[in-house]
Amino acid sequence: MAEPVEATSEVEDMSRVSIQNITKTYEKGTVTALDDVSLEVESGELFGLIGPDGAGKTTLFRILTTLLKPDEGKAEVNGFDVVDDFWEIRKIVGYMPGKFSLYQDLSIIENLNFFATVFETTVEENYHLIKDIYVQIEPFKDRLAGALSGGMKQKLALCCALIHEPKVLFLDEPTTGVDPVSRKEFWDMLDLLKARGITIIVSTPYMDEASRCDRIALMQDGKIMEIDRLENILEKHRQPTYSVKGTDRHRLIQDIRSFDQTDSCFAFGEDNHVVFKDSPATDSLLHFLGEKGHMNLTVHEVMPDIEDVFIKLMLEQENHG
Amino acid sequence: MKLFLAFVKKEFQHLLRDRRSMMILIGLPVMMMLLFGFALSSEVKNSSIGILDNAKDESSRMLIDRLDHSQYFSVVKFLDREQEIDQTFRRGEVRIVVIFPPNFDHDLRHSNSAQIRFVGDASDPNTSNIVINYASAVVRDFQNELFGTMKMPYQITTETRMLYNPQLKSSYNFVPGVMTLILMLLGAMMTSVSIVKEKEMGTMEILLVSPMKPLLVVLSKAVPYLALCFVDVILILLMAVFILDMPIAGSLPLLLAESLLFILTTLALGLLISANVESQQVAMFISLVGFLMPALVFSGFMFPIENMPKPMQIISNIVPTKWYYSIVRAIMVKGLGFSYVAKQTGILVVMTVIFFVAAIKKFKVRLE
Repeated sequence: MAEPVEATSEVEDMSRVSIQNITKTYEKGTVTALDDVSLEVESGELFGLIGPDGAGKTTLFRILTTLLKPDEGKAEVNGFDVVDDFWEIRKIVGYMPGKFSLYQDLSIIENLNFFATVFETTVEENYHLIKDIYVQIEPFKDRLAGALSGGMKQKLALCCALIHEPKVLFLDEPTTGVDPVSRKEFWDMLDLLKARGITIIVSTPYMDEASRCDRIALMQDGKIMEIDRLENILEKHRQPTYSVKGTDRHRLIQDIRSFDQTDSCFAFGEDNHVVFKDSPATDSLLHFLGEKGHMNLTVHEVMPDIEDVFIKLMLEQENHG
Repeated sequence: MKLFLAFVKKEFQHLLRDRRSMMILIGLPVMMMLLFGFALSSEVKNSSIGILDNAKDESSRMLIDRLDHSQYFSVVKFLDREQEIDQTFRRGEVRIVVIFPPNFDHDLRHSNSAQIRFVGDASDPNTSNIVINYASAVVRDFQNELFGTMKMPYQITTETRMLYNPQLKSSYNFVPGVMTLILMLLGAMMTSVSIVKEKEMGTMEILLVSPMKPLLVVLSKAVPYLALCFVDVILILLMAVFILDMPIAGSLPLLLAESLLFILTTLALGLLISANVESQQVAMFISLVGFLMPALVFSGFMFPIENMPKPMQIISNIVPTKWYYSIVRAIMVKGLGFSYVAKQTGILVVMTVIFFVAAIKKFKVRLE
């Protein structure tokens, strides 16, 4: 068992996942899923791909897991090319697709045993890897996977993806459709896995999960808009942002947008986040809205979060295109 | 090998937990055998006949008795007038009507020649032909008994011997036919959805991102169906022997071995379909419409291939059911040995290999 260790140390310095100018189209080139995407993920990193549905996250995962061939560009996982050395990659990665993809008519333990055998290992041999997660679903181990709750399915899928001690773990929207408590638990589990040295790439449409990643890439329409640590991205794109609240929320957002000093205005739950064109014009905005008959107005400056930045970048990209 | 066994175990679990599939796999052969054996029989058994007896004398009564007591007919209606015949047929009450002329007995005994008329319902030509033949035979028997002692000048008597199936039992025809159809239907259809099911469920996505090889997946999918189809063969043979009284004339091990080969052919065909399509529905459609119909038409089971136009005869050669059907008949009915079915066996082997290789080649190692 000396060889694998050597092989690992060899690639220790280089990045685990390297993507260079990947382009991928569907429907004979009419639909562009990925447009000239480049990305490096370091060894042992917990990397987040963040973007809405249709941003190209799943396509990127499928290329990295060798399920799809890129039209252009090159990608490597652990030093292996995703097209030429795809059998090598399939041995060393763990993959959890966005849609629950285990055998619904097999029980928890049957699924786990099967995937262990597929990767030529046993549950006993790598039990230490999945123990923390598995103990939570073990009481139901004879239950069919199809009869599990969303959170339990997620845990089982993660166990199955981990059972062969992968070097790189690809998790495609693992927390979509999972309740908030289970989501938090899931990220806690990822922290444990990261502590074991497994490189993890995870995609999510939830912006608030960005803070759990070492670095993130913001994706939109097949392009990567920004790659960095969350703090750096927030720092770089900081601009004065104001929260505006009022009683008639529906009409309020339209009226704010019609104000000539408004650069952008988006609803954030209860309130609206407003960015002004030049200098902050909160007083004239309030006056403007007052004339329109709005009541109970409050305005205060807020710290822009990742969603504000995402919207800013999205608007910039749209204006460019 | 351990990996292969794990796959096979998993496939068995899928199959055994799928009640609907299991019902089809076990229920369909039983149902078809019973249907063909008892309901869809083309044998003449207790066919209803009508009698218009204008003679009402000793001879006519004797002949009517004879007809009624044979196992082929039962007299269900006595007519009084010629005009009632049409009405009786329209109501579908009888298969044929036997008409005796007046003075039947007198003619028979004194002029040595009497006539009987059979009126049949030719809206179903095959059946009425058979029924009339049987009725004629009964009449011939009666006549021979009557004149048995008398010497006739110039008489050609034909003696017919029906080889292999002296009683002309239809089970000799349909058991091989049903076996062929069942294996084709179950083998091809059930496996045709097996690979594509993994694509639809998304499990293929995970399976692909693993070191498993296509050969392993494809072969392991075939194993449970191979076992169950073999159970079906045994089930059909048991029913044929013990319920339908049809003996197996040739070697049972040879018959089982040939059946195993044919099952492999159909499984390979099913896997080939499955590797090529993207949804279970399409797979079902192809295996049912695209394969079952030709299998039925070109097997020789329902329609004799020799009667088909030349191009159709040529096409029939690429249909596996034709070869298996002829093998089963040769072994089961005629009791022939391997040397007589070697050619058909060879053709099936070649087909099976081609289908398997094509299925494995067509198995996509990526999603596109």
